[in-house]
Amino acid sequence: MQNWFENKRFFWGTMLAPTLWFLFFFVAPMFLVWAYSFGENVGPIEIAITGTFDNYKQVFNPEILKVLWESVVLASVATFVCLILAFPVAIAMTFASEKTKSWLLLLIMLPFWTNLLIRTYALIAVMRTEGLINSGFEMLHGVAVLVGIPVGAFEPAQLLYNKMAIVIGLVYVHLPFMVLPLYAALDRLDRSLIEASLDLGAGHFETFRRVVVPLALPGIAAGLVITFIPAMGAYLTPDLLGGPDDLMIASLIERQFKRANNWPFGSALSFLLMYITLIFFALKSYFESKGGKVGTGH
Amino acid sequence: MSEIKLTDSEIAMFLKGNARSRRAFLAAFGASAAAISLGGCKPKSSAPAAKPGKITIEGSEAKKLNFYNWDTYIGETTLADFKAEAGVDVEMTLFASNDELFAKFRAGNPGYDVIMPSNEYVTRMAEAKLLMPLDHAKIPNKANILPEFQNPDFDPGRKYSMPYTWLVLGIGYRKSAMKGGVIPDSWKYLLDSDEYSGRISVLGESMDLFRLAFKYMGKSVNDFSPELVKQAEAMLIKQKKHIKKFHEDDGQDLLMQKEIDIVLEYNGDIAQSKVEDDDLDFVVPKEGSLMNSDCMCIPVGAPSPNNAHAFINFLLDGQKGADISKKILFPTPNAAAKALMDDTYKNNPIIFPPKEAMDKCEYGKYLGPDNAKIIEDAMTRVRAA
Repeated sequence: MQNWFENKRFFWGTMLAPTLWFLFFFVAPMFLVWAYSFGENVGPIEIAITGTFDNYKQVFNPEILKVLWESVVLASVATFVCLILAFPVAIAMTFASEKTKSWLLLLIMLPFWTNLLIRTYALIAVMRTEGLINSGFEMLHGVAVLVGIPVGAFEPAQLLYNKMAIVIGLVYVHLPFMVLPLYAALDRLDRSLIEASLDLGAGHFETFRRVVVPLALPGIAAGLVITFIPAMGAYLTPDLLGGPDDLMIASLIERQFKRANNWPFGSALSFLLMYITLIFFALKSYFESKGGKVGTGH
Repeated sequence: MSEIKLTDSEIAMFLKGNARSRRAFLAAFGASAAAISLGGCKPKSSAPAAKPGKITIEGSEAKKLNFYNWDTYIGETTLADFKAEAGVDVEMTLFASNDELFAKFRAGNPGYDVIMPSNEYVTRMAEAKLLMPLDHAKIPNKANILPEFQNPDFDPGRKYSMPYTWLVLGIGYRKSAMKGGVIPDSWKYLLDSDEYSGRISVLGESMDLFRLAFKYMGKSVNDFSPELVKQAEAMLIKQKKHIKKFHEDDGQDLLMQKEIDIVLEYNGDIAQSKVEDDDLDFVVPKEGSLMNSDCMCIPVGAPSPNNAHAFINFLLDGQKGADISKKILFPTPNAAAKALMDDTYKNNPIIFPPKEAMDKCEYGKYLGPDNAKIIEDAMTRVRAA
């Protein structure tokens, strides 16, 4: 069979539009931002590309490193919580009947198709001082008072504007990114291996640990990376749900482009985020090439 | 992001929601997505009789005008009236901060005819050669402007801008939550005290916050020195554990939702909220405060400068100005408009705070890019600390 892409006319006929699109609307703007990251402000609206590394040096200021570190921590915690929550869901989806499977998939995807802002505001409505959770607590408290349990005055829980709120928001938003690759990996899994493991005397937990997890490793790696990267760069969630201490890297970048009017530094920070992303992608390919096999050793 | 035209019913739904969600919508979709084609709306029957063809614009360009404005910042029928009287459709798009406005114009005018920067940014945009000098002959209603707004420091001779509103920062608070019924009449309550720990929200705008800290320390809002910035930074870092949120001009909503009890906000925002919740009030602290004035300007490269001049003149008309003030409840610099307003507006102590307090208020001067960077960096340290 002739390889389609060996035919030059066919190749360029199909690839011309995407290539041009990619060049003009991806490579060119990214190159500009990259060039800005080596520039300096010389006027209110002019940037001179001087090849300076000052913008990257600024990243090593303690306050910037702290913001970066906190972004990494928050994104990692959110990613880890996603993994814990998503694994059972993915397993349930794998072993469910075809019909239930499509329903479960729909339930995962439905929030994902809703606008991020609307979802975040819904979360605020649920978590705020006079929100759904607190009115629920207040009702329970009222019942407790009625039956004579001494619980003192009702004090609403402060759920918003702290790190916990950010993690909850990030998990809520990024859960599908974790469920889908896990499901894809587990769905391909050869079930006879699980049967063999159980038949040969391994318990359920042992089978899960030594058969399912190693086989699902590429899916886990993919899930971790594609959850962590957007969580790390999240902008709306920390901005709306975070408190005074919770500045994440994306908000810092936004402020460089707007309030601070310091595009060169903003560009350097953006590219820093990009470099971090690339490192994680490298890690992902490494794990993917290593995983997917059941180890023979312990 | 693509422009999403909203239907009239969607706009109505949207406008009924709280202001926070409106601003956040803008922030998220980019203001352009909310390009609300109000020009296309039919004038409501209840509108004051607009006389068709009353205004003839000499050298009028296309029957269209692009207006870049703040949210909730125009009269109920103002744009429809202009369409009826001058035959020009006004397409109003909204922006949420001066920085957003400035960032948008950095790369060239995206096609706006009239924009609404605040005083400091009028200077900054004029310095960056982004504004067109105004032709005062085409704006006879300039005579309606109060004398104290005729020749401001930030735009000598009103070369580039015409005033639309003025506003002052102060403390909005929930009366019933104040300890001992004391009016929080000092910046201390926000910036240097644990009395309302966890119930405080302040604006996240670095420049405003630091200027007010200077004011609290007995200096002018325009006193800038690295030592002063350091002191203010130390004070804010110390105070941060008592602050619940750095908000972005939505403090009145946090106050109304009882998320907080005391907030740094603009007088007009609290005046608007007080209409819905009478337990709120506003005070300009005794140390004095920072004033702002939002101004109408024509950016360089405006497609229809003649229409733009006519529109600015139209907004400065006494009756039109009064229609706007009635809706937006911000103080007007327009004497003719103010004269037409009723006493509940003219004597509203939130909209027009007492003279003793206002005498200590100042406009913020543009401090230049280097100083702006020093303050922004200090703010980053405050947030990261």
